[in-house]
Amino acid sequence: MDISLQHIDYRYQANTPFERLAIEDVSIDIPSGTYMAIIGHTGSGKSTVLQHLNALLQPSKGTVKIGDREIKAQQKNKNLKQVRQKVGIVFQFPEHQLFEETVEKDIIFGPLNFGVSEPVAKERARKALKQVGLAEEILEKSPFDLSGGQMRRVAIAGVLAMEPDVIVLDEPTAGLDPRGRKEIMDMFYALHKDRNLSTILVTHSMEDAARYADQIVIMQQGKVVNQGTPEEIFSSPVELVKMGLDVPEVVRFQLKLEEKTGMKLGKIYLSIEELSSAVTEALSRGVRS
Amino acid sequence: MMEKMIFGRYVPADSVIHKMDSRSKLIIIFLFVCVIFLANNAVTYALIGIYTFFMLGMSRIPIRFLYGGLKPVLWLVLFTLVLQLFFTKEGALLVSWGPVKIYEEGLKMGIFISLRFFFLILMTSLLTLTTTPIEITDGLETLLNPLKKVKFPVHEMALMMSISLRFIPTLMQETDKIMKAQIARGVEFASGPFKERIKAVIPLLIPLFVSSFKRAEELAIAMEARGYRGGEGRTKYRQLSWHLADSLQLVLLGMLTILLFLLRS
Repeated sequence: MDISLQHIDYRYQANTPFERLAIEDVSIDIPSGTYMAIIGHTGSGKSTVLQHLNALLQPSKGTVKIGDREIKAQQKNKNLKQVRQKVGIVFQFPEHQLFEETVEKDIIFGPLNFGVSEPVAKERARKALKQVGLAEEILEKSPFDLSGGQMRRVAIAGVLAMEPDVIVLDEPTAGLDPRGRKEIMDMFYALHKDRNLSTILVTHSMEDAARYADQIVIMQQGKVVNQGTPEEIFSSPVELVKMGLDVPEVVRFQLKLEEKTGMKLGKIYLSIEELSSAVTEALSRGVRS
Repeated sequence: MMEKMIFGRYVPADSVIHKMDSRSKLIIIFLFVCVIFLANNAVTYALIGIYTFFMLGMSRIPIRFLYGGLKPVLWLVLFTLVLQLFFTKEGALLVSWGPVKIYEEGLKMGIFISLRFFFLILMTSLLTLTTTPIEITDGLETLLNPLKKVKFPVHEMALMMSISLRFIPTLMQETDKIMKAQIARGVEFASGPFKERIKAVIPLLIPLFVSSFKRAEELAIAMEARGYRGGEGRTKYRQLSWHLADSLQLVLLGMLTILLFLLRS
């Protein structure tokens, strides 16, 4: 399902002394099947953009297209349930949304709301639990008896069980240990590939953006300041540093290496594996010549 | 969603009311609540109305903002009016429309009581809009200090109050966040049959309770960690200071009271 934001503005608390323009003239296209990372500092408006992706917020100006549905400013929008089933959002600290008596009941809550029958929903719950790497035994436990990491996974399973076409992740790994972080991110990536989902990752981790995304959007003070493939974005690291954003370690290493040795690799590599084989190749070529 | 709420919210501005001592504001509100019951005819209600709007004007709070925030309460005011209208059966019959009968006394009482209610809400909102929670509690603590003699836990009460005021916006934010998360999972808070809407509150309330308990525990631990042990021997960083304006405000309220005594029937 394609999503497209066209010149949207959003004002928080319009017509009050606290009025604040959160995002301004943001246009982003997310064709079906894209893995897009939205990067920016705290307060750059990335979470506001995210909430437009399934009509939780209505733009103050501009149009949001979600599949066939158009959401325009200054217009009543009803029956958004369909949109919300297709676009699943994993909020920051999703474990805060757990409320049911058992893990199973919590996971099937979403699917049931969208009219899935109970047996099917339970089947989905089992599948989703497996995807997030939890054992079936915990289905009957109370979600509040689980550890923080397990609660996070249960909450994510609750969104996966809705079987959305688009999955939106707001800092899904905040507060997790490095191993859990990698497991969750790899799980989302596998899901993205297997089910041909569109994935939108809101993060401030350049490493994650470089590793997983096909498209990167950089936001600053409510505006999109740069947009492109990771190679394009990271090929001008000086600009990124100027904006106070990090460059992935791999890229930093490559730049330092090129600077110190005068070696030219020709393109920016985004993973250690690629870079090391490129360096080996360049070195062996150098030895031969 | 919750962003229009104005209860317990402080709106910074540079106004006479903002600069007043919180003690005088508290005294004025307390007296106002008593004085308003003196009004019993059109002239006296008009006087109180003028006073209320005069205070509002001085506070420089935008009326549009106030109106937006008080809208839900206005329904309550309207409800009181309707209730009085239909259930007071005294005086001359004004309208008779099938089983609905409206009497003169009912209309009068309805208008007066809802006006009283409305002015009370305006004045009390004015207090929280122009005074930071910390000022309010400081003021309250000093005012109630004499009660310590009879072993009333003044400091603890003040602390409890400041904690609850402090956490209103936090809870609002949290509510907004959880509401959005549940809406994304297909809950409909704003539409659907009444029974469904009531049921929809559960996925909102339980997470809120859980996080409130957690937050309370964390706050208690943080306080202990910083050596909190009650009000005993505690000094104040912020000192309250009483100015001429505070005395003038009290005089103004006194004059209003005298006028009300003279003009009431």
